[in-house]
Amino acid sequence: MSDKLSVNFAGVDFKNPVIPASGAFGYGREYENFYPLSNLGGISVKGTTGTKRNGNLPPRIAETPSGMLNSVGLQNPGIDHFIKIELPNLKTKDTVIIANIAGSTADEYREIAEKLENTDVDMIEVNISCPNVKAGGAAFGVTCEGAASITKIVRAATRKPVMMKLSPNVTNIAEIAKAVEAEGADAVSLINTLLGMKIDIKTRRPVLHNNVGGLSGPAVFPVAVRMVWQVSNAVKIPVCGMGGISRWQDVVEMMMAGAQVVQIGAAMFSDPFAPLKIIEGLENYVSENDLNNLQEIVGTVIPW
Amino acid sequence: MKYTQGRYIILSKKTLAKEIYDMTILCPEIAEIAKAGQFVNVKVNGFTLRRPISICSIDREKGTLRIVFEVRGEGTKEMSQIAEGELIDIVAPLGGRGFKVDQFETAVIIGGGIGTPPMLAVAEKFGEKGTVISGFRNAAAVILQEDFKAAGAETILCTDDGSAGKKGFVTDALKEVLSRKKPEVIFACGPDVMLRRVIEIAKENNIKCQVSLEERMGCGVGACLVCACRTIRNGDEYYAHVCKDGPVFNAEEVLFDER
Repeated sequence: MSDKLSVNFAGVDFKNPVIPASGAFGYGREYENFYPLSNLGGISVKGTTGTKRNGNLPPRIAETPSGMLNSVGLQNPGIDHFIKIELPNLKTKDTVIIANIAGSTADEYREIAEKLENTDVDMIEVNISCPNVKAGGAAFGVTCEGAASITKIVRAATRKPVMMKLSPNVTNIAEIAKAVEAEGADAVSLINTLLGMKIDIKTRRPVLHNNVGGLSGPAVFPVAVRMVWQVSNAVKIPVCGMGGISRWQDVVEMMMAGAQVVQIGAAMFSDPFAPLKIIEGLENYVSENDLNNLQEIVGTVIPW
Repeated sequence: MKYTQGRYIILSKKTLAKEIYDMTILCPEIAEIAKAGQFVNVKVNGFTLRRPISICSIDREKGTLRIVFEVRGEGTKEMSQIAEGELIDIVAPLGGRGFKVDQFETAVIIGGGIGTPPMLAVAEKFGEKGTVISGFRNAAAVILQEDFKAAGAETILCTDDGSAGKKGFVTDALKEVLSRKKPEVIFACGPDVMLRRVIEIAKENNIKCQVSLEERMGCGVGACLVCACRTIRNGDEYYAHVCKDGPVFNAEEVLFDER
């Protein structure tokens, strides 16, 4: 592999810009049964809270046209388990480890960030946009004040690079991005899932037990590209783009819109090898277009 | 554990009953390591999610897996269009825990409806030491009876309306069987209502019991956490995941959701 895909993103060196998205990749253990994790640019781990959470009642997934809804509800073993059991294993994998954190209260975010401060985590992604939990979650991410307040608290608790994960379920995502930038965020990632619903017309019941859930998959890709473009134009901090990416061409598009790195989620459910195929496609793209580094295309969209 | 993803040729395809298809897939590296109770995750053109289908039978010598599935929706409908001689894209073998058969000599093996196919691989392990009870809505829905007989099992067929075999539920037949012999273990796959009753009967008779569960899946490998099922783990209630922690669970672990 050449270093033409390498990127320094928010102060962290990635060998390539392709990162499995939080929630789609657990803590990496399962996909290691397919390929070495060292092939990946980084891993954004399962959203982790202050204490263990059981998540929502099943069913937690529903298929929709060109996509899927999920309502896992942040099931996870808690931050102490992550630090003690999962992180030591992940750190042997020769890839960037991004801890994804979530809380019900501002205090919970602070406590988790403090616990991560003296660990080997490379970066912290702060989920203020989970649509599937009752307390906290998206509530912080849908107003500039809420997003800014969590950014400020996490910023004060850690020197590690802080990336705020933004919700698309807002009127103006660029304003939210500006609010978190102003409080010292090192990067933003977007988009989290779009809130959706599917009803079984035979039973008149929502398919998801949570009634509503987060939409992902190719269906959301154009929305994600639009939002990445708007946010890139609004802030100076770097952008991690995600939402419906399934092919290398999608990554090129997302980068032209302004993303420096990308995350891959639902695509792995269809093809567990999707991240590797995308990396290979990007390698070919770089050589066919005589680029010194893939980053040369970032933000190069020529708007009308 | 090794997961394989690949496109494999369908050696034969049959229709077993209305909307129930039977495919034999040549995939030696998967057949080599697959176990009874595990499943394959099938890619279907035009759909985001794969379809998890239980393994019906494993032939290591021929390097084949057999899957039997019912058309339940648009995805399985599309899947049923894949023809003999064409390639099918599967990820397999999945399921962290299949049926644990090795430590037992005698078994009662129970299948309800489309929960019946995975029980064939179990029956083939037990041969004459196995008793298979399978239940269906009616005669038109009955599948796999000759295969169970070929495996050597005592084979008891039940239908809800009595149009084939005995009239009644598999649980009635189970009670009758237990009145004349006591197996070391009961294995079961089928609707929740059937599994609950099987577990009760096993408990009353102090017989070990393993059940295969079903839930809507995402990744199929244990990463996305959508296929949650309520279980007891170390005394605490825990949402286990059917794809990785199961699909087979010990009866005493399972707590059924009320819904």
